[in-house]
Amino acid sequence: MVQDKTLGSRIFDAVNYSLLVIIALVTFLPFIHVIAGSFTTVGELAQKQFVIIPTVWSLDAYKYIFSTNTIMKSMGVSIGVTIFGTLFSMVLTALMAYGLSRRDLDGRRGIMFMVVFTMLFSGGMIPSFLVVKELGLIDSLAALIVPTAINAFNLIIMRNFFQNLPDGLEESAKMDGCSDWGILLRIVIPLSMPAIATISLFYAVTYWNTYMTAILYLNDAAKWPVQVILRQIVILASGLAADTSGMDDFVRPPEQTVKMAVIVVATVPILLVYPFLQKHFAKGALLGSIKG
Amino acid sequence: MMRDTAVGNEMVTKPKQSSELKRRLIKNRALYQMILPGFLFFVIFKYIPMGGLFIALQDYQPYLGILNSPWVGFEHFERLFTEPMFFTILRNTLLLFLMNLLFYFPIPIILALMLNEVRRDAFKRIVQTIVYIPHFMSWVIIVSISFVMLSMDRGIINELLVLMGLEKVNFLMSNEWFRPMYVLQIIWREAGWGTIIYLAAMAAIDPGLYEAARIDGANRFRQIWHITLPSIRSVIMVLLILKIGDVLELGFEHIYLLLNSMNREVAEIFDTYVYTAGLRQGQFSYSTAVGFFKSVVGLILVMGANWLSKKAGEEGIY
Repeated sequence: MVQDKTLGSRIFDAVNYSLLVIIALVTFLPFIHVIAGSFTTVGELAQKQFVIIPTVWSLDAYKYIFSTNTIMKSMGVSIGVTIFGTLFSMVLTALMAYGLSRRDLDGRRGIMFMVVFTMLFSGGMIPSFLVVKELGLIDSLAALIVPTAINAFNLIIMRNFFQNLPDGLEESAKMDGCSDWGILLRIVIPLSMPAIATISLFYAVTYWNTYMTAILYLNDAAKWPVQVILRQIVILASGLAADTSGMDDFVRPPEQTVKMAVIVVATVPILLVYPFLQKHFAKGALLGSIKG
Repeated sequence: MMRDTAVGNEMVTKPKQSSELKRRLIKNRALYQMILPGFLFFVIFKYIPMGGLFIALQDYQPYLGILNSPWVGFEHFERLFTEPMFFTILRNTLLLFLMNLLFYFPIPIILALMLNEVRRDAFKRIVQTIVYIPHFMSWVIIVSISFVMLSMDRGIINELLVLMGLEKVNFLMSNEWFRPMYVLQIIWREAGWGTIIYLAAMAAIDPGLYEAARIDGANRFRQIWHITLPSIRSVIMVLLILKIGDVLELGFEHIYLLLNSMNREVAEIFDTYVYTAGLRQGQFSYSTAVGFFKSVVGLILVMGANWLSKKAGEEGIY
């Protein structure tokens, strides 16, 4: 493309670039502030109004966190739910998506409609709660996984991906006497690893961020995932919310640095997978938005 | 394909058709086995709850169950429409939606236009990488970070206000600050991510158009106004319509996290009301009625928006 070198165009670029830098900074500074704050002392935070690089480094907040049972236990719960949830969701989603991707299947359109309709209408919070309760899942960690196992959006993305694999693959495998299970496990799944990785990351982030199902279905504080504990420590400890159940462990409001450290601990796993996320997610989002 | 040929053949008799179907069902049984677990998931966790909406017409008692609880007709709906809280919730919902539409919706478009003007790919990628990050954080994290920064006790924002000689503001407990805070948090979390679809649409624009415009002496603003914006018009329309269909989906988690006894007057929406009345106070039937009302209005809005979109000559969303 021919570059436009007029003065007006240069001014435009200068302003545009500067604004974008400011936007990026404003987006990211809160994270930096919290991360930096978590590595310093309460005194330092009180003196310096804005900590980006602390002058006094301290691991006190983290020492405190790792010494408390509650936070460590909730981390364990979150990690477990993320791993098992992602596996469970992925198996269910991939199986159903593959079945629905085969054009010769009777009832395929009906089942697809059934799936899409759930994106438009739902029974809502209370009837769902009653179903989970009847199944005896209240206060069990399975309540964080099973009731939200398949995301209709992810299912559709996965099905579209399978549908776009060349038909010839299946036909030739069939001629060689391969069963449908054989085709799925030996041919389709190995060819679909990029899509499976993307959707797995989608699920993993959702499970790590699980909050709502936990407050709906878990009364037992010992089973709360880290997001719920984070809320107890940061939001409720500000003495704001009306609901103070489960506050017994934090009689004394935690220090600002401890709050920041808990936020960091709950955030870091996402930041660690973020490079992978970013690579695949934009594609996933586009696929879904166009075909969903 | 197979079905079409079978139906197309006029000589095929009914019994033969059903045996043909049976043969196909048996042949494809492995595929049905694969679908079954997912199918059961949708039935149990999506469709049984829809059936459970009937308790909105009952006086549901947990120990009696749905079969034995007494039927009360539309009593709960009548109560909903006469409850003073109903109008508060409706007003809050509409106001939050309007603010969302006015102050959030244009931002991803503007940001995408700005990013689209960047010619240095590395710079563009760095900015994109940074502005997408908050999208992957849970609302708990977004709200927690805001709380830490806005707190009266050593919150950075209040410290800055003091530094500038202003008075501290109790952002978290105030009615006036709730709505701006809600919208700003949405902008922080979603504005970057929201650019993706626009940027993809802009990438498809023929570069020749810009060159022609430049030869005609159009400056950068005019190029944006006359080429970029018209090219993404239909994408903007579709997203706008989707948004309108989503009026009632303001985000339970987000609002619930911001909700406290001081701002309930402006922050309570349908979802949080259902949660409090149903799960906290045990009014299962009444809260189901509230949720049902919300779901039906939501469904009508989505379908209406879709109809409008098709009417306007744009692609529908389904």
